[in-house]
Amino acid sequence: MRFIDEFRQPSFAKALAGKIQKWAGPPVNLMEVCGTHTVSIFRNGIRDLLPPQVGLLSGPGCPVCVTPDREIDKAIALAKDPKVIISTFGDMMKVPGSYSSLNEAKAEGADVRVVYSAMDSLEIARDNPGKDIVFFGVGFETTAPTTAASVLEAKRLGLKNYFLLSVHKLVPPAMKVLLEAKEVRIDGFICPGHVSTIIGSHPYEFIPRDYGIPCVIAGFEPVDILQSIDMLLEMYSGAKAEVAIQYSRAVRSAGNLSALNIMSRSFQVSAVEWRGIGTIPESGLKLAKELESFTAEKHFQIRTKPPRKIPECRCGDVLRGVCTPPECSLFDTGCNPEHPIGPCMVSSEGTCSAWFLYSSREREDGILSMEAGR
Amino acid sequence: MCLAIPAKVVRIMDGDVAQVEIGGITRQVLTTFVPELTIGDYVLLHAGFAIQTIDEADAQETLELLTIMAQEWEGDA
Repeated sequence: MRFIDEFRQPSFAKALAGKIQKWAGPPVNLMEVCGTHTVSIFRNGIRDLLPPQVGLLSGPGCPVCVTPDREIDKAIALAKDPKVIISTFGDMMKVPGSYSSLNEAKAEGADVRVVYSAMDSLEIARDNPGKDIVFFGVGFETTAPTTAASVLEAKRLGLKNYFLLSVHKLVPPAMKVLLEAKEVRIDGFICPGHVSTIIGSHPYEFIPRDYGIPCVIAGFEPVDILQSIDMLLEMYSGAKAEVAIQYSRAVRSAGNLSALNIMSRSFQVSAVEWRGIGTIPESGLKLAKELESFTAEKHFQIRTKPPRKIPECRCGDVLRGVCTPPECSLFDTGCNPEHPIGPCMVSSEGTCSAWFLYSSREREDGILSMEAGR
Repeated sequence: MCLAIPAKVVRIMDGDVAQVEIGGITRQVLTTFVPELTIGDYVLLHAGFAIQTIDEADAQETLELLTIMAQEWEGDA
């Protein structure tokens, strides 16, 4: 596949890995913010190519993982209304809320449908005039414009049965919170490639400017990631902090103006809760006043029980880079992809799921807990 | 989710729609965010939309740099 295969070439990976392995500087921690990067790093064995002084930390860039249980509870409550059809991206189906999941609600008779695009939800609304369709809008800046487009189209069509339950979030504010919290030392950021096709490089500039930390916007193929690590190490050793674009074939520094324009017309920014992290100011997207008639919370009276936390679940710590999945007591002892307890294990981009599926672990009996049916 | 795939534009239709080809499969996508497209352009696909065009010249440049780096690496080895 063009623009994929070329960035998987072994000769390129070998040269980059060889250069990185010569790192003679102090130990550095690089954080990959985006869940898709975490998975790519595991899938391609990138960690094994790095010298011990170059460490990788996973960050909170998994939009499914940071959706609060309270919001999932709302979606489930809406789904249980016989007049409502909830549409959602597939990844949200198995994520546990406080008491249940959308998948379980569906099994119990709720009309929950998996869609690939927000526009599919619009189709469902057009095909079911007697029902109310609520789209559960999950995702960062890559996806938010597509949701916005669906709402603007619903307005254009005069649809009265299409609503949005938005849990869309912005990435740079979460990066700021991690830097301010100082729970982990971050020496460089591998910035999300596709979020950046939309937002460009300017939103990250506060990081080198105010914290002296370099950022590289990275593509997702192994060569992209290795080249980005190399670029970060160069900046670190040159004491030169700035935002560089490795993924320049897809990311322009100004981002995608037409997508940014649609987002600013459709959304207002507000403080929202991030599961496992807490409330982050100016980090969430809700519909703008002119589009409030499409906001699910304004149209429906959504009643949920108070959210309930599972104390041993350390998804929050994992999302902030404070611990690795195996350091959670539930990892592989009760929490696995078949029976996930927290969202990091459910999402295909969750750090715990990536760790579970891809890293080799020494176990006493040498059998993976999934296969043993535990 | 950050998943987006490169796809080649094979047909441009009215109403912000285009047909693209990925690995032999053709599908329809919305071009709301990439207003100026030509047949043969490559775009990134995400959730039913093209979210950006791929700059082929830039990709070529990056690959050329990587090729030189790899050759030098082999040379030193």
